[in-house]
Amino acid sequence: MSVARLQMQDVHKRFGATWALRGVSLTIQPGEVHALVGENGAGKSTLMKVLSGAVLPDRGEIWLDGQPFTPGSPLHARRAGIAMIYQELSLAPHLTVMENILLGMEPHWGPWILWTKMRRQAAHALAALDIPDIPLDVPVRQLPIAQQQLVEIARALAMDCRVLILDEPTSSLTQQEVPKLFSLIHRLKSAGHAIVYISHFLEEVQEISDRFTVLRDGQTVATGWTGQTSIDQMVAMMVGREVKELYPRRRRTPGEVILEVDQLSGPGKPLGASLQVRRGEVLGIAGLVGAGRTELLRTIFGLAPVRAGKIRIGAWIGPGTPERRWRQGVGYLSEDRKQEGLALGLSLADNITLPRLEGLGPGWFVWPARQAQACQPWIEKMQIRCQSAWQPVGTLSGGTQQKVALARLLHADVDLLLLDEPTRGIDVGSKSQIYQLIDELAAGNPAEGRPPKAVVMVSSTLQELLGVCDRIGVMSRGRLVEVRPASQWSEHELMLAATGPVSASLPASYTQTPLGK
Amino acid sequence: MSDEHSSISPQPVAPSPPGPPGRPGKPRLPWRQTVGTLQILGRLAALALIFAFFALAVEEGTFVKPRNLENILRQSAVYATAALGMTMIIIAGGIDLSIGSVIALAVVVSAWVLNLPQGASAGPAGHSQVDYWIHDWPVLLPWLAALAGVGIATLAGLLNGVLCVALRIVPFVVTLGTLLIYRGLAKIIAQERPIYPPEETWLTRLMDPTLTSQSAHRWMLLPPGVWLLLAAAIVAGIMLRYTRLGRHIYAVGSNAETARLCGVPVGRTKMIVYTLGGFFGGLAGLMEFSWIGGNGIPTTAAGYELAIIAAVVIGGGSLSGGEGSVLGSLVGALIITVLSMGGQQMGWPRPVQEMAIGAILIGAVALDYWQRRWRLKD
Repeated sequence: MSVARLQMQDVHKRFGATWALRGVSLTIQPGEVHALVGENGAGKSTLMKVLSGAVLPDRGEIWLDGQPFTPGSPLHARRAGIAMIYQELSLAPHLTVMENILLGMEPHWGPWILWTKMRRQAAHALAALDIPDIPLDVPVRQLPIAQQQLVEIARALAMDCRVLILDEPTSSLTQQEVPKLFSLIHRLKSAGHAIVYISHFLEEVQEISDRFTVLRDGQTVATGWTGQTSIDQMVAMMVGREVKELYPRRRRTPGEVILEVDQLSGPGKPLGASLQVRRGEVLGIAGLVGAGRTELLRTIFGLAPVRAGKIRIGAWIGPGTPERRWRQGVGYLSEDRKQEGLALGLSLADNITLPRLEGLGPGWFVWPARQAQACQPWIEKMQIRCQSAWQPVGTLSGGTQQKVALARLLHADVDLLLLDEPTRGIDVGSKSQIYQLIDELAAGNPAEGRPPKAVVMVSSTLQELLGVCDRIGVMSRGRLVEVRPASQWSEHELMLAATGPVSASLPASYTQTPLGK
Repeated sequence: MSDEHSSISPQPVAPSPPGPPGRPGKPRLPWRQTVGTLQILGRLAALALIFAFFALAVEEGTFVKPRNLENILRQSAVYATAALGMTMIIIAGGIDLSIGSVIALAVVVSAWVLNLPQGASAGPAGHSQVDYWIHDWPVLLPWLAALAGVGIATLAGLLNGVLCVALRIVPFVVTLGTLLIYRGLAKIIAQERPIYPPEETWLTRLMDPTLTSQSAHRWMLLPPGVWLLLAAAIVAGIMLRYTRLGRHIYAVGSNAETARLCGVPVGRTKMIVYTLGGFFGGLAGLMEFSWIGGNGIPTTAAGYELAIIAAVVIGGGSLSGGEGSVLGSLVGALIITVLSMGGQQMGWPRPVQEMAIGAILIGAVALDYWQRRWRLKD
């Protein structure tokens, strides 16, 4: 066997108390497209960060063309020939195609850029990709996304990359553009490049890759030839794990319908989604990142405009603003805690009481003491670890911050909770507390005059959905394709429904086929 | 309500790892009080140091004589009053570069009202003489003038807000534009020359010295303008700290996305804040009118925006929003005034005074940053 282009052996990486990687091995040959698959949180992104020099591994060895290789910085990795094309493209939008391709390695003589040489090199890089129709002198922001992606690949080739890593490259492409990208990947492969292809879409993986590696819980669980493995088998390897008793469940009695969504479409996503949620019920929304789950919640909550369809919340019909939604008894927990969910510079008290400052003083007044007092029960109940209610939220740990964001919904005493990835990036202890809380809210306590609440929960963790929810709907490419009682789903089926057509025997086209309807 | 909450009994699910949190037994210091108070105390200490320096350095101790102390208050009042509105704007994550022009607009419009002619009438000596409304309405007209000055400044602020919110242009650009527009408007109203109202009114004497003068207003202790500032500051401080609007302003500046998600009317809050900025600019305009001798000089208050923004920033306001306080801004305005007056009396050239203010500005922000880093590590 020839020397592998890239070999990783038993790579470990720990963040705090959790192991993000605990034994990953990966071998990639020149002239091979190698697919890397796994659930969200399986360790793919950490592995790529190790490769691209963004984080240092704690243990393990990496060889590049037979030479030991430990990238200490992103620059080092790039110089060594590791090129990453992220989902979010990293181009300088105002610079031209030519300048972007040779960014940071412009041919120069002293301080002067050799423009003719630069033009020649850029044209050469595009010609090597067989895409000479991209103009060299146009600012890249004027190009469609697909061409921008090609420019970024051209940049990778211009710097002589040895390993090209594509992270979800089709997620931002239209259906017509995908085959073009694939034929380009084929050409690069025949030219002897080694390509790592990361995707959630297993049909794509089936079509494009030669071999694959499955990551689960930070470990390599399988590696093999794509041609000899079915999508079903891959899904089984990705999921393969038992549900732990992490999810308490007391008796829930579904009450009246509190949210009814009919053929709802937003800008782009969602596309014609319909669903109903009752008091005392937890509805889960599964699907891949980018399937439109977040957009569905945001459209319901009034953070994104309604293009078509109806929303009914209790007795209110029609679209609304977040301000109105809070008054109608709806609360939203953002998936993006730091950018949107919390004002990190403000205190716990301000963050928790912001949607409902009424009643914390006479008329327009808000007494700070009452703010702190109103937060205290939630700080205690959710065991929010803080020095005082006046501590800035930015100084708390991730899990604690998430509890603060949730406490806001509790303070507002909403009837319908829209939770977007409520347990993302937090430790197991905080997770189980949040599961417990969701269960308590859904069950209610009629004896104490607390009616059951309704919860809609988006999650990328399938076990979590199966453990917490009463019913689960799956979204795929903007559509809510199927809603069933949780007992009638398995992780396997959820994964299949989310990743594309029901069976691999269907033609591998990139249509948005509604399933089960 | 609290009954309802406590009824959900806390049930520990997983043992939480040991850590720094709520050590029982040890009294917890409220965060706001430790950090906020430290900031204000630090600023007061800086003010005291600068003051002490000039008190010792200026010859014959004239710097601490009552007349000079009163002058410091009188001179800082214009900056401080305008800084009240600027504090709110900066806390909400905005900026208002047009404040100097807004002040000038208020000055000119007030003077214009006091200068309103009734039309020409034949005088006794045969030559035409202009008759002024102020002679017929000596009580009412100054009030109208004050109202008009503050009113137009408030409208100017509202326009700033509308442009920022409705057209979604960044406030820096909007107010850079209105800085020129409002200044031009002031010059047009004044026909590019000072307006000299025919009579002195209480508006003219708003900033006159009281304690150190022989006037009949000695009993007021401080000039009426300074009292006006104090009242405005108390109202603004209470508004920021103890009302829903105040909490909304901090939320919008700290993270507008979060504010929107929490149902805060972000656009409306910004408009209110800019309008209030104009309103306080108008009050500052009345003081400026008196300070420059009761005349409508259209070129007045040019460059004030820098001093006013500097006062807010020295006082702990963050240009990225979410931070700042009325008390801090007042201290900031005092620091700037003491520096420039002290420098003047020391015979420092004006550029040196300006450099000193610049250094203080950078120093204050750097200190805040390091103090916070240090506090976070703790």
